[in-house]
Amino acid sequence: MTAWRHFFAILPECLLILLRAAVTTIEITLGGLLVALVLGLAIALLRRSSSRGVAVIAAAYVEVFRCVPVLTQLFVIYFGLGQIGFRISPLPAAIVGFGLNGAAYLAEIYRSGIESVPRGQAEAGSAIGMTKRQAMIWVILPQAIRISLPPIGNYGVGLLKDSSIAVAIAAPEITFAATNLINQTYLSTQIYLLMALLYIAMSLPLSHLVRRLERRSSRGVRA
Amino acid sequence: MQTTATAPLVQLTGVCKAFGPLRVLEDIDLDVARGEKVCLIGPSGSGKTTLLRCVNHLEQPTAGHVYVEGKLFGERQVNGRYLPLRDAELARMRSTIGMVFQTFNLFPHLTALQNVSIGPVKVLRQSRGEAEALGLELLAKVGLAEKRNVYPEQLSGGQRQRVAIARALAMRPRLMLFDEATSALDPELVGEVLNVMRQLAIEGMTMLIVTHEMGFAEEISDRVVFMDKGRIVEVNRPHELFRRPQHARTQSFLSAVLQKKPFQ
Repeated sequence: MTAWRHFFAILPECLLILLRAAVTTIEITLGGLLVALVLGLAIALLRRSSSRGVAVIAAAYVEVFRCVPVLTQLFVIYFGLGQIGFRISPLPAAIVGFGLNGAAYLAEIYRSGIESVPRGQAEAGSAIGMTKRQAMIWVILPQAIRISLPPIGNYGVGLLKDSSIAVAIAAPEITFAATNLINQTYLSTQIYLLMALLYIAMSLPLSHLVRRLERRSSRGVRA
Repeated sequence: MQTTATAPLVQLTGVCKAFGPLRVLEDIDLDVARGEKVCLIGPSGSGKTTLLRCVNHLEQPTAGHVYVEGKLFGERQVNGRYLPLRDAELARMRSTIGMVFQTFNLFPHLTALQNVSIGPVKVLRQSRGEAEALGLELLAKVGLAEKRNVYPEQLSGGQRQRVAIARALAMRPRLMLFDEATSALDPELVGEVLNVMRQLAIEGMTMLIVTHEMGFAEEISDRVVFMDKGRIVEVNRPHELFRRPQHARTQSFLSAVLQKKPFQ
């Protein structure tokens, strides 16, 4: 039991270190999510482009990024780009990596959202003189995004946990900090448990929020 | 077919439409004069709706052309060849023709007033205040001013369709297309929509109406067009067409439809 006693003695200090690292975890999650939200929407729209070349490239992007493990993508961005002279520090590398990867997933979520808006909606837009672009912006997307919110939220919860993979490129997030602490204290059980509690503390409110979004978006979509 | 001194508001010449091997419209010629009300009747699958959708080019005719006020609609002519218009130009032409759908197609994320004012704001670039003033006026006209801040899901079918009519009117159209505007409604809600259409007719709106309401067609229209298998079989003044149909096909259709109504 000396290990536990030792652990409780240094708990405040450990907690402070991990909480500081949790800020980085949140930065990676929110940063990656933001990149994925914007880029994913762009890709979903490009997939519907009337130019066949553009549509094929956008579809290829989705396939490539979904078929390569996100860890491999982080390695390519951090070590690969570093080797050819584009040295990026771990935090931005992680944000870019998760963002590029998430864009492929969110593009699919947006796409199914867009496709689930009834065809009559675009026709009603056309009938009052909207161009295709105007109908997309003012009629289709507001409905498609509302439909997409719950799966996007789920993706965000997943991303919060997956951000631990960034330990592999030494981004100073929770998992990285925990590993360092264990190397110094040899208290692996205690510190891994503490780390797990921190992830739960961050995930629970998020998944609660997603569930509320799901309830809200299930009404008032059709007419 | 009647002759008018001025050019017809709408003119369809040789319009054909095929979906792959399925030929839906065959060589349709039809004129609609300014202020005229024309009803299209006929069995399901006879091409009435497709004909209506060809007028504002929601469907592009496979052959033939549409003219509105004498101007080629939805296409341009270059060295004797017909080419499709760019999206923005087609949209501008469509904005002058109102359309009302069987399934309403109101925008569910917008209130009744926003549904009516979004066209003037986004397409005609009117100010929000101007568009909402017009929107309120039109909602009042269809009897729904007090529902202006209500979302479509909280409206009855008849109310939704009346908002949809107001939405089309907000663009100040020169022609209104009605695609079975009452077919999706509960029977007791049909009347309120027909009343609004009747009011529009009295005000002189040019109307092309696909309908299964034979009584309404007889009452409101200047001419009735009977279609079958993608062709126009018979065109006549309503009293003539309903009382003395010339073609056997028209006779059999009318006797089948009118018999279904127990109180007529």
